[in-house]
Amino acid sequence: MYKNAIYTIRENRPLTDVVWRMVLEGDTQWITRPGQFVNIALEGKYLRRPISVSDYDDHTITLIYKIVGAGTRQMATMQQGEQLDLLTGLGNGFDVSNAAARNLLVGGGVGVPPLYNLAKKLLAEGREVAVVLGFNTAAEIFYEEEFRALGCEVVVTTVDGSHGVKGFVTTALAECNIAFDYFYACGPLPMLKALYDHTEQDGELSFEERMGCGFGACMGCSCKTKYGNKRICKEGPVLKKGEIIW
Amino acid sequence: MVDTSVVLSGWRLDNPVIPASGTFGFGNEFKDFYDINILGTFSFKGTTKEPRFGNPTPRIAECTAGMINAVGLQNPGIDEVIAKELPRMKTYFNKPVIANISGFSIEEYAYCCERIDKEEQVGIIEVNVSCPNVRHGGMSFGTSPEAAAEVTRAVKAVTTKPVYIKLSPNVTDIVAIAKACEAAGADGLCLINTLLGMRIDTMRRQPVIANTMGGFSGAAIFPLAVRMVYQVAKACSIPVIGCGGVHTASDVIEMMMAGATAVEVGAANLVDPYASKKIVEALPGEMERLGIERLQDIIGIVK
Repeated sequence: MYKNAIYTIRENRPLTDVVWRMVLEGDTQWITRPGQFVNIALEGKYLRRPISVSDYDDHTITLIYKIVGAGTRQMATMQQGEQLDLLTGLGNGFDVSNAAARNLLVGGGVGVPPLYNLAKKLLAEGREVAVVLGFNTAAEIFYEEEFRALGCEVVVTTVDGSHGVKGFVTTALAECNIAFDYFYACGPLPMLKALYDHTEQDGELSFEERMGCGFGACMGCSCKTKYGNKRICKEGPVLKKGEIIW
Repeated sequence: MVDTSVVLSGWRLDNPVIPASGTFGFGNEFKDFYDINILGTFSFKGTTKEPRFGNPTPRIAECTAGMINAVGLQNPGIDEVIAKELPRMKTYFNKPVIANISGFSIEEYAYCCERIDKEEQVGIIEVNVSCPNVRHGGMSFGTSPEAAAEVTRAVKAVTTKPVYIKLSPNVTDIVAIAKACEAAGADGLCLINTLLGMRIDTMRRQPVIANTMGGFSGAAIFPLAVRMVYQVAKACSIPVIGCGGVHTASDVIEMMMAGATAVEVGAANLVDPYASKKIVEALPGEMERLGIERLQDIIGIVK
């Protein structure tokens, strides 16, 4: 189920040059799983902007978003106390019940945020969690310490080698000998594909697509899977490794 | 107490508000937001003979006061619509529905319309001759008076229910096409479908939409829709369902004053899932404000 409600901005600040963190206060009861997203109405913009939920509790939602266009640029100008109209509880999210004893979480760029609440949930269930976070440069890194503070093993990679392991998330998997039985991933398509090809273990991957409505009505974000057509906004954004067609 | 009811080919609707095909699925995604039985009715997702995946993604682009879509008629096909979607729809929608049918040949239009005509849940058959997304598809039928008339005749020959032809605005003279459909036996018309549009991602130097072009809809197209509804309603004597950029109860009344008997709400449903509900609820107040007792009295009232 999903719901439309008004939320008040409690915090909106930059984590890097282009990545911001926004904390919203309001009704969160419709968010049931990590990896779900919200769809945000913005003044003067026609379509809503889908942003994944990084973290949530009984009365707040934390979003981490990258400024990529006019909509997210507008979000970054918003002040504490201003209000936003959100659809919440959208998408299927990650399935924590599929977790194994040892779990690997892989995030690339703004694919990192939804893994934060997932890591919390897995740790709360007593699972082991290792996290690999991939960025282009040291300047783009965010949430490394936040994940470490949760108690995860954290490996950071940068493409230019300015921090952590030089290379991609798959480089870290090859070099760091991280033992895991199941993985969860969110990031750009090439990263997801590389991970899919690189891993023998089963897992879940969260995909991104341009959306119209965000709640399954417009068929704007459809993809083909081994089990028929799915909507990234409705049956996704998380797909099981075994159903993906590249 | 104002009267919001309207009559389409003998079918009395509680109100003229009809979510447009392609923005409302089969109602399933909206029934969780509100009781969709408050609507006049709705037009279900454009259905073809075979199941279709549609176009590659991205299929959606943001525009000023509107959006472009190039979904490409993704639908489960007529067999599954009849076997699964209609029975499921019955569990949450107790009014007749408008069946939106698309095709790639005269035979396909006739086949699907003949099949759907037998379904008791269908009140009107809306024939889409205007979807601009499919190569060699609906576009060619909707852009020529002869082809549109040929589809109309073929469908009328195999159906008993009212047949409304949904027209494309991507033509030089929509009145000529409307009149050709009327002469061929159409019971009504629905206009307008989306306008062919395009956006470019200037950073990537590529079209935003994978299919390059798509159908532009949303608030921005409302004045064009009002103009075309006005022109067609003046020239034809069959009912017109007005469609294009409708977002408010005031828009509904304006469209009806231009000549529409009922009004479809499209892209607004995607922006705000409650859009059609809000319009239905605001309509009586808006009528009172404008001194309208019976909505039917204002149809085509503008000279």
